[in-house]
Amino acid sequence: MRVLRRWVDPLDYAGRIWMRAFFGVVFILLYAPVVLMMAFSFNDSKRNIVWRGFTTKYYEKAWNNDGLIEAFINSLTIAAINTIVATILGAMVALLLWRFRFPFKSAYEGFMALPIVIPEICMGVAMLAFFSRIGWPTGLPWPLNLSAITIAHIAFSFPFVAIVVRARMAGFNRELEEASRDLGASEWQTFRHVIFPYMRPGLVGGALLAFTLSLDDFVITFFTSGPETVTFPVKVYSMVRFSVTPEVNAASTVLVVITLIVAALMLRVQRPGQGGSP
Amino acid sequence: MESYRKNQRVFWVLAGPGSFWLLFFFLVPLGMVWILSFGEKAVIDGKISITETEITWTLANYVRALADPVYLVIMWKSIWISALATMLCLIIAYPVAFVISFASPRWRPWLLLAVILPFWINLLIRTYALIAVFRIRGYVNFTLEWIYDTLWLDGLFGPFEPLELLYNDFAVVAGLVYVFMPFMVLPLYASIERLDRSMLEASLDLGASQVATFLRVTVPLTMPGIVSGLILVFIPCLGSFLTADLLGGTNATMIGNVIERQFKAANDWPFGAALSFLLMYVTFGALALRALLSRDAEARI
Repeated sequence: MRVLRRWVDPLDYAGRIWMRAFFGVVFILLYAPVVLMMAFSFNDSKRNIVWRGFTTKYYEKAWNNDGLIEAFINSLTIAAINTIVATILGAMVALLLWRFRFPFKSAYEGFMALPIVIPEICMGVAMLAFFSRIGWPTGLPWPLNLSAITIAHIAFSFPFVAIVVRARMAGFNRELEEASRDLGASEWQTFRHVIFPYMRPGLVGGALLAFTLSLDDFVITFFTSGPETVTFPVKVYSMVRFSVTPEVNAASTVLVVITLIVAALMLRVQRPGQGGSP
Repeated sequence: MESYRKNQRVFWVLAGPGSFWLLFFFLVPLGMVWILSFGEKAVIDGKISITETEITWTLANYVRALADPVYLVIMWKSIWISALATMLCLIIAYPVAFVISFASPRWRPWLLLAVILPFWINLLIRTYALIAVFRIRGYVNFTLEWIYDTLWLDGLFGPFEPLELLYNDFAVVAGLVYVFMPFMVLPLYASIERLDRSMLEASLDLGASQVATFLRVTVPLTMPGIVSGLILVFIPCLGSFLTADLLGGTNATMIGNVIERQFKAANDWPFGAALSFLLMYVTFGALALRALLSRDAEARI
């Protein structure tokens, strides 16, 4: 055995030292900028990139920055509404595509994929043109003033939900649905007691995806937001344009942590064998 | 799958809301931009208005975009910067996808996750994080200075001159590669994972070298993944606005920045609309090319 071990399997590419080293370097380069940004949000120095000791004062500063907190609340509100509406719309489209045969179905699928494939900036300017042209009311009281951004977010995120839910439904045994109908259940009862329980992990996965898509979106929001309706990424952008400060690092770290938590939740839901994807 | 005719009520209930939303809050806005691209600034009382536009069905905006050297230069630059970033992504992502595909099944999902996870992190934050890496007093220059001083080169050549890494084409290409790498790894992984390993064994057994096997067996067999990856990275690169805006400064403008300027600072919406539709046509062209090439590649296998 000891002799055999020295012999390198010609197909064991993942075992080659230089391949592993390459992977390691790429891995470090992918994470280093964000990890350094997060680490230096705790650095007790305003400009220097030399470590000067641990502090949380930039978090306090970010917390006391009213504009930043307001933007953060706006972002969470938009993300929450977006999650609910986009999940419902996406699930309905997914069920439609899963269940029915209809004329021009592939064209319809292409139409549903449009918001995913077109460049974000094109969608952003389209939203800007649309809301200003139809005279969408501005200056409404909170949270109605966020409606334009929310509508735009729903438009680009529900097709993603539809993809996730449809992938989940691909593993569903249609005979169960037929059996339910044969046994006299109505459309709604079949949905509620047969389809929905199976669909749930896909719904949760889709909802989490919709939440992060909305929370993270900058480009489309940038074009739909006004001076009164600033979201967290838009606020961070204006701060970054101004200067790179530890306060921005602190705020960004919070957002990264939220994103990672949502990603972890999503992984848990989607894990195979735990009622996840087939 | 049942025909929609069998249960029309359920069909329309399911089809209604999503179609409505996409029609009114996506297709109509796009249509408005399309119409806007044939407009020009209205002339009121002999003066060119700043805010009002008139739809005159002129092609002047497209002519300006495609004939004015200023914009032509920017468009070419956007294309070659995106192409360069896409090629770099391929060169970096291929070995990465290879390692993941050939890792033990226990490790595979974790390695894949490690590469995909940054994609979840906010694009703006990832781009912003690069500023601290590349700026004059950034991590790269800091490391280089440390190496320079440790090697006592400052005694020989004078003090360390920090490199200008930010606000140029280099920064934009590096930023695009950094941000869109996961888009390349996924399709590559999908096609390498499906690769029939006995083909590689056969090639090696028949005396082909590892390099020859790679070039003549592995690459042709994974061509659908390569094509998908190239186009999936090229499209967002070409349409990117944030990367060039934050890392490129005024020196490295891409088409996305020009569009943004037309709709914000310059306030020339018709021209911006024409540019954004040109960008969209290129995107659709790339997608069509992908469909065509991947069908070709599948057919050859």
